[in-house]
Order: sequence, then C-alpha cells, then structure tokens
Amino acid sequence: MSDIYISRGKFPEIIGQLMARYRVYAPVLKGEYHEFAKIEKTEEADLGYQNTRLSPKGLFHPHAERMFEYSLVKDDPQAGILKEAPKDFSPRVVLGIRPCDAKAFQLDDVNFDTTAYQDPWWVRRRQTTTLIGLACNEPCGTCFCTSLGTGPFDTAGLDVLLVDTGEGYTAQVLTQKGKDVVGITSGWESVSRTVSEKMEGLRKSAEDSLGRQFDFDPIKQKDMLELFNASFWDEVQFACINCGTCTFLCPTCWCFDIQDEVWGDKGDRIRLWDSCMFPLFTFHGSGHNPRSQKLQRVRQRFMHKLKYYPDKYHNGAACVGCGRCVKFCPVNIDIREVVRRMSATCVCPA
Amino acid sequence: MREYTERIREAAKRLLSEQRVDTVIGFRRGTVPFMNEPFLVKSVDQVDQLYWDSNCGINLANYLPKRTDRVAVVAKGCDSRNIVVHLLENQIKRDQLYILGAPCRGMVDKRRMMADLKGKEPLHAEENGKEIKVSGRGFQVTFDRQTYLQSNCAICTHRNPVVYDELLGDPVEEQQGVDRYPDVRRIEAMSVDERWRYFQELIAPCIRCYACRNACPLCYCPTCFVDESRPQWVGKTIDPTDTLTFHFLRAYHVAGRCTDCGSCERACPVGIEVRKFTKKLEKEVKELYGYEAGVTPDQRPPLDTFKPGDPEPFIK
Repeated sequence: MSDIYISRGKFPEIIGQLMARYRVYAPVLKGEYHEFAKIEKTEEADLGYQNTRLSPKGLFHPHAERMFEYSLVKDDPQAGILKEAPKDFSPRVVLGIRPCDAKAFQLDDVNFDTTAYQDPWWVRRRQTTTLIGLACNEPCGTCFCTSLGTGPFDTAGLDVLLVDTGEGYTAQVLTQKGKDVVGITSGWESVSRTVSEKMEGLRKSAEDSLGRQFDFDPIKQKDMLELFNASFWDEVQFACINCGTCTFLCPTCWCFDIQDEVWGDKGDRIRLWDSCMFPLFTFHGSGHNPRSQKLQRVRQRFMHKLKYYPDKYHNGAACVGCGRCVKFCPVNIDIREVVRRMSATCVCPA
Repeated sequence: MREYTERIREAAKRLLSEQRVDTVIGFRRGTVPFMNEPFLVKSVDQVDQLYWDSNCGINLANYLPKRTDRVAVVAKGCDSRNIVVHLLENQIKRDQLYILGAPCRGMVDKRRMMADLKGKEPLHAEENGKEIKVSGRGFQVTFDRQTYLQSNCAICTHRNPVVYDELLGDPVEEQQGVDRYPDVRRIEAMSVDERWRYFQELIAPCIRCYACRNACPLCYCPTCFVDESRPQWVGKTIDPTDTLTFHFLRAYHVAGRCTDCGSCERACPVGIEVRKFTKKLEKEVKELYGYEAGVTPDQRPPLDTFKPGDPEPFIK
C-alpha cells in the first residue's frame, strides 16, 4: 500500500472514525506533562507533543495490575481459588506513539512472549492493539535512538507511521493490522510530490540532528567479566540515590513484583512495577541480599541493558535511546556517558 | 559562581595534596542544562572536574552517612544544616569532615524555567551573574536568576553555612522579614474535605519511585518503613491510600529534622510539591518548640529529647 495523505483540518475526522470503532489512546496533556490516556473527544489528542514523561509501557504492562481475585469467606466452596480479574481486551488504537517507544515493545516481547512462556495479558494486549506512530521531526537533545539501531522515523515496531508535514499528515501503512485500521477511515488522498519531498527532508534533518553519539558495537565484543569488574562503576555509581526514576520512566524496564492484598474477606493478586535500583528487589527470604550495595545495583541496570540482554537475545541493546532517564535522573547519571565508558577500548587510567 | 568553581578546585587540590582529606565531595558539570552531578574526587587529577553554578540544588550531606574516610564536602547553608543534623544523630564524626562552606544566593528552579519555555527545549544554559541565558533550536531567552529561584531558596533564612572549616566566599546577606508559611496557612484554612482533596490531587502523579526520599539526607534508615517486607507494612500500589501513607509518614519522620533544602522536590520526576508536607511540620516544630533544624550544633532535635521548659500547649 503506497503512502497516503490527509490535511491537518481533516485529521480530527480520522480520529473520530477511529474512536467509533476502537478504544483510542493518545498523548494527552495532564498537569505539566503528557501521558497516554484513553480519549473521549478528538481534541484531547495532542500530537504536537514532544514525548510523554512516562513511557507508554503502562498500556501493556500497568504499574499495578490486578491479575487475580479471590474470596476468603469461610465455608465458601470457591474460597482461596484464584479467578482472573476482568480486563478489557477490546480492540485498541494507540495514536501518536513515538517510533522509539514502539520499538521498545518488540524488545520487551522477548520477556513476555517466548516459546516457553506467554504472559497472557501482555500477549493479548499486543494482539488487540494497533500502533499508529508519529515520526519525530524534532528529536530532543537527550535522544540517541540512531546510536542504538532505531531512529526518529523507524517503522520497525509500528503498524502505521504518520509524519507531520506541516499542512497535514502522511501515513505509511506497514502491517495488516495497520491496513485494517486505516481501512475503516476515509478522507485520505494520495501523497503529492511536494509533500513526499518534504517528508524526506524532515527525515534527513531529524536523523542528522541526532547523529551517532557513541559506538555501541565494542560492548558486544567485550568480555562480560571485564565489564563487570571494570573500575569505572565506582565513579558511575557515586551520585546515584537508588530511586526508581530511571527504571519507572524507561520503556524497556519490565521487571515486576507480585503481591497479595487482602481487604476483609476479599483478596487481590497484584503485579507491580519493581526496580533493580531498590535493595528489596533482590532481598532473599533468608535475609541475604546478593545486591546489597549500590554499586551492584547501578551496574546491574546498565549491564542488563547493554551487555546481558544483547548477549542473550542477539537483538541489540535493551535501550531505544528515548532519553527519559537522561532528562529526569535527579542526579544526572547519563546512560550515554556510561555507554562511552563501557565501549572505550581501555578502561585503565592513563 | 565562577569564583566558587575556582575556589573549590583550589581547596580540593590543597586538601588532597596536603593529605588533610582522602576525598572531596562536590559537583561536576552536568550533561544537560540545569543539572549537575554529585561527584566524588579521589585524586588531584580529578579536581578540575569540580564545578559550581546555580544548579547544585541536590543536598550533598546525603552522601555522608556511613563514610569511613576523611572527607571534604562543599556545603551550602542548607547542606551545612543537614551536616549538623547528621552530627547530632551520630551519622558522621566532625573530625572526619572538612566543610567547604558555600555562602549561597539560592539555586534555580529547572521546572519553572521549563514551564516558561512552553515546550521549547533548552540545549545550552549559561549563567552570568544575575542572568541565565538559555538557548535551543531557533530561540534564545534570558531568565532573571532571582525570579527563578527554587521556591525553598526564595524563602531561605540560612543562606550562610552554620558550620564550616573554610568559606569559599564572603558571607552573603541573609534575607530579612521572610514569611515562610503563606502556603501552609492556606492549606490549614481549608475545610477537612477540601484539605483531603487537596492532598489527594497533590500526590496523584506519584509513581512511588522514592526519589524524594532517597534525595533526602535525613532518610538514612537501614530499612525504610515502606520497604519492610517481613511483614510488609505499607501497600506498594499507586492507590491513593498507599501513596498518601508513604508521603505522610515520611513527612512525620523528618519533623524537626528537615532543613527545607528542597532536594526532595527537585528530585521528583513528576513535579510533586512534596515540601507542602514537610513545611507544615517544620512550622509546627517551630511554634511548639521554637526549634529550627540544624542551626545549633549543641542542641538536640526536639523530638528526641525532653525539656521541662517546652511550651507543649498540646498537652492539656
């Protein structure tokens, strides 16, 4: 299917047509920042946004998800039996997601959807959700997607890619799901040569503005223990306060904890975001903690993203360069600097 | 600010080469505008990375507990007060410390500058005395430093370090006639229902990342009450009951100890004004005991001591 185009004025109609058939999630300004939320009116969708403060991972892997519920009523024959908590799996469109965040879901799939195990909620949400991306015409100063194999116009994780060309949007339909979604909308035109050239220009300027900020490849070649035992971790970890900002904002941090919460004679089994920055994350029932030190925890986060994951899945780094952790780390620990240190050929002092 | 950078480097070089200290804690220049990174200098060749400007709002006293070495630390008024609290609470020994006092004219509020940039992204920021020049793609804006101070700095009455071994500059004039609590009084004047709603809205964006707690020098408990797991004390969801429990209890734990350094608010990734909780308790402690945290090295915090002369009007 060749690219199609719609003028800015007519675009709300497209959103309206989507809302008639799908639950539509889009960037919505809430307080001082944007987040993905279900929209009830077309004008709530703000595609002029830069990016959401929290990544959209919560759409598939919520911060606190009720998995099961159970009764503890005495004499109830059903007491203590876990029952799946009701969830809405009706068809959904995520509109305006950035290419980096969409790519992140593919990187997360290796955890939630494997040949041995399928996480039922992640998998069903992935199946019933269509991702309509929005290319980044003006990446942030903290973005580094092009240095990790994705990019501001990357189509890899998307079903449709929209490009804002000023007077309107072009749409590149990439998958059958994308075709189905675009199929229910009307009002599109063919892309004129001027628009097509403009789109190419936007792509080039966005990619050029990012450049290649570091070379990730040497990390793949390096010996894992050499990196694990490197002396630079001591300097990297000093400022860290071990909060969960980086992991909670990150689109590829998928770790969770499972807890039971009981209220009277009813109980819920809940899955919660967890963070390798927290000492409790690795605290054993025995009282032993294999990562009791801050250095160990900081190293784990970077090693997981940049060494263990690439070595295990041969899928590149578990980082898409969205830059959220760079922007919001309270003490300015910058993953780009860490990559440079990890990839430097010699880590010994001069 | 440039003078401070030079003086910090000079002092660090001197103290390390004379072996007066083993390490120096300061800041190095950040990789993004309005941010600097707390930095531990271990040898003279790292000294030139030390840096100072109006983005050093993180409280360096947070990095002192459990240190066993002899350490020099750069301390603004608030940091020095937190050092006093640490000394009173036996978290560090005075003879281990060499305090480089930094008389302070306040740190700037990144969040308010970002809000006034209305979505434009700052790529460079340069400070020049009273002004901060910010530029990005196709724009340049000048912010007046005084107007964009962190809200805790704007009402600070202890800009000069209360304890130090040397000063990095001449003492600055303390702000006079500051009303520290107009916002607290506004909340106090609310009806119970209004106030409850206010608190619920205040913490609604909280993601339980604990950046506020972890940026706080007072939060050094080996196991925080929210991390107790055997048994678990507090729920870990983002349900308002759990989240408010965390914020309220944390505020009570720092009552009579909090110096209003603003690190908590600065660290919060979702922009919650967490000082609204701590300031109320600061006000209470001041009214009930006439005590300001960390100002007097020889006076114990009111909540860990008893004095027959305490006003204690709440005991009927």
